[in-house]
Amino acid sequence: MGLFKSKNNTHSDEKKSDKYYYASQWGLMARKFRKHKLAMGSTFVLVIFYLTAIFGNFIAPQGTEQYDGKFVNCKPTPVHYFHEGKFVGPFVYGMKTERDPVTFMAQHVEDREKICRIKFFTQGDPGGEYKWLGLFPSNLHLFEAEDGGKIFLFGTDNMGRDLFSRVILGSQISLFIPVVGMLLTVVLGLAIGSLAGYFGGWIDTVIQRLIEVVRSFPQVPLWMALSAAIPKTMKPAQVFMLMTIILSLVSWPGLARVVRSKFISVKKEDFIMAARISGAPGSKLITRHMIPSFLSYIIVDMTMSIPSLIIGETTLSFLGLGLRSPATSWGVLLQETNKLETIMFYNWKLIPMIFVFLSVLAFNFMGDGLRDAADPYK
Amino acid sequence: MTKFIIKKLLIMTLTVFLISLAVFFIITLPPGDFMTNYVGRMLAAGERVNQEEIDALRRTYALDQPFFVQFWSWFSRIILKGDFGYSFSLSMPVTAVIKAYIGPTMALSITTMIFTYLIAIPVGIYSAVHQYSFGDYLFTTVCFLGQAVPNFLMAILLMFIAFRMTGDTMLGLFSPKYQNAPWSWEKVLDLLKHCIIPVLVIGLNNTCGLIRTMRSQMLDELNKNYVMTGKAKGMKAAAIRYKYCVRAAVNPIASSIGWSLVNIFTGTTITAIVLNLPSMGTVMYNALINQDMYLAGSWLFLMAIATVIGTFISDVLLAWLDPRARKEYLKG
Repeated sequence: MGLFKSKNNTHSDEKKSDKYYYASQWGLMARKFRKHKLAMGSTFVLVIFYLTAIFGNFIAPQGTEQYDGKFVNCKPTPVHYFHEGKFVGPFVYGMKTERDPVTFMAQHVEDREKICRIKFFTQGDPGGEYKWLGLFPSNLHLFEAEDGGKIFLFGTDNMGRDLFSRVILGSQISLFIPVVGMLLTVVLGLAIGSLAGYFGGWIDTVIQRLIEVVRSFPQVPLWMALSAAIPKTMKPAQVFMLMTIILSLVSWPGLARVVRSKFISVKKEDFIMAARISGAPGSKLITRHMIPSFLSYIIVDMTMSIPSLIIGETTLSFLGLGLRSPATSWGVLLQETNKLETIMFYNWKLIPMIFVFLSVLAFNFMGDGLRDAADPYK
Repeated sequence: MTKFIIKKLLIMTLTVFLISLAVFFIITLPPGDFMTNYVGRMLAAGERVNQEEIDALRRTYALDQPFFVQFWSWFSRIILKGDFGYSFSLSMPVTAVIKAYIGPTMALSITTMIFTYLIAIPVGIYSAVHQYSFGDYLFTTVCFLGQAVPNFLMAILLMFIAFRMTGDTMLGLFSPKYQNAPWSWEKVLDLLKHCIIPVLVIGLNNTCGLIRTMRSQMLDELNKNYVMTGKAKGMKAAAIRYKYCVRAAVNPIASSIGWSLVNIFTGTTITAIVLNLPSMGTVMYNALINQDMYLAGSWLFLMAIATVIGTFISDVLLAWLDPRARKEYLKG
């Protein structure tokens, strides 16, 4: 896994100060993680992604339910700085609609006469109101073009919705479903895995059979079958909750297995014996002594499982089995890419792919760095 | 060895039973039984619906009975008669649907599998022998990326690239020109051309995983003492590598054949939907969209069974190749 790792480890000739020797386990891990350049870069990318998602309604010029029927399938608008050699600051040209003389398809072209400067921190159009974090009503948007100019950074879709806004608003779902799903997975996996590992005996046997059954199901088809059972009339918020539950229902056995085997190996350690003899009750033994001793591995495991959850959500929504329009997620946006005309004429609609790809890759690299860091004494 | 296999087989039977229970539970998940769905569809098509006929059908499938009776009626029909129920969206027995599509699905899976191993093993060996060379870094990077891209994105991306390069998106298994044409040399070539993208997409994930396993296994072997001994005795490096190291390193790969086949088998699902291939994946997808639960459930059931069998084959192969694993299992 040590991708791009240098051949000779520079670990030994590093100056080790007192701080190094007195550092706690977590301190050592942080130290080692920071050395993994790719993992640090990925973490940075992910922080930006999540911040963008949290402030999504502010950054996106359009809300989820806004559209502009006049600008259907519009190419990404280029942002200019110079007009006829003169610097005017960021602006876009106005747009006019023409018909292609050969194909008769409507085309949106720049009107070179009209300059619409880009204003920042503006009040949006009516319809763009939102509640930040579901609490604070606002209509403040990061940028807007003056004089009715239109900025479609990533173009528009077949209903005239701004793809840039949709990508950002979609990330609110595509990036948070996996996290919530992961947390559920952790709860299920930890609870079930520790039951099996701690008690052993018939409980262990039953749980192991259960794990085997769930693992026998191919992941994606099982996800498909379960989410096909979600009634089509449900509200997006309910679908969101059900999706997280479905995703975690399928993914807990992996974690439960890891937890179980860790429990079995840690049960024989001396410090557990010592705690037991000192009279620590079972619950305390598990939560205070056993779980913390392999917590770092669980964190690594969970980070590594997020990519598959992102892919899961995107795939299901892409197939029309998960969230549906007007609710937006990256998978919903990608539904349009599976049409021939998209690939032939409207290739900017493939842009959401880049974000799915980047976030999956970033989580992979971050997990990689965490795994290397998880064992700081090595 | 016999004891090992018998123990595994017994557990397998239990697992299969539990799986079928889970599958049947999923089948009955959507609100209303599938008869309501069927009746709704008939009404929408403007057909007259006869209440007596519906009741008769309900009785055949035991829909008026409690869950476990329904389950038993479904399960026993599969076990005793090989009858998977009736597909309402396609108006034919599920068994007939499966028979019609299993061929192309298997053909695609096996082609991909052969391709996977043909690429993965040599590349893995090359990467290990030339560790930290340009080629090694290249393959490692490609593999990492290959494992990160979701299957369906890869399919769309390749479709896009194919369209840009050839002006054809390569959907389906044949060009429209050859769809109904009799078999000819050109038609075979056309089929092969259309197979490139599916095989690439389905195989990529697995190939990448295999390359990485092969590389690390091979590296382990190359650092063992017997290699040094061979060298000291004057053997050629190539002879040591290919006569001894490769043979030892290929063991775990060989024993993972069962899992690989299952991976590929299920990997075809999404890819087939995106690329519009005539495989079981597309059929299952349409069944799910139409809530034709008997068809969808049967497919899910078959795939789970395939996984169980694949795991069994892998376990047996591993136990056969490595006596330590066998002993470990019988003890614990």
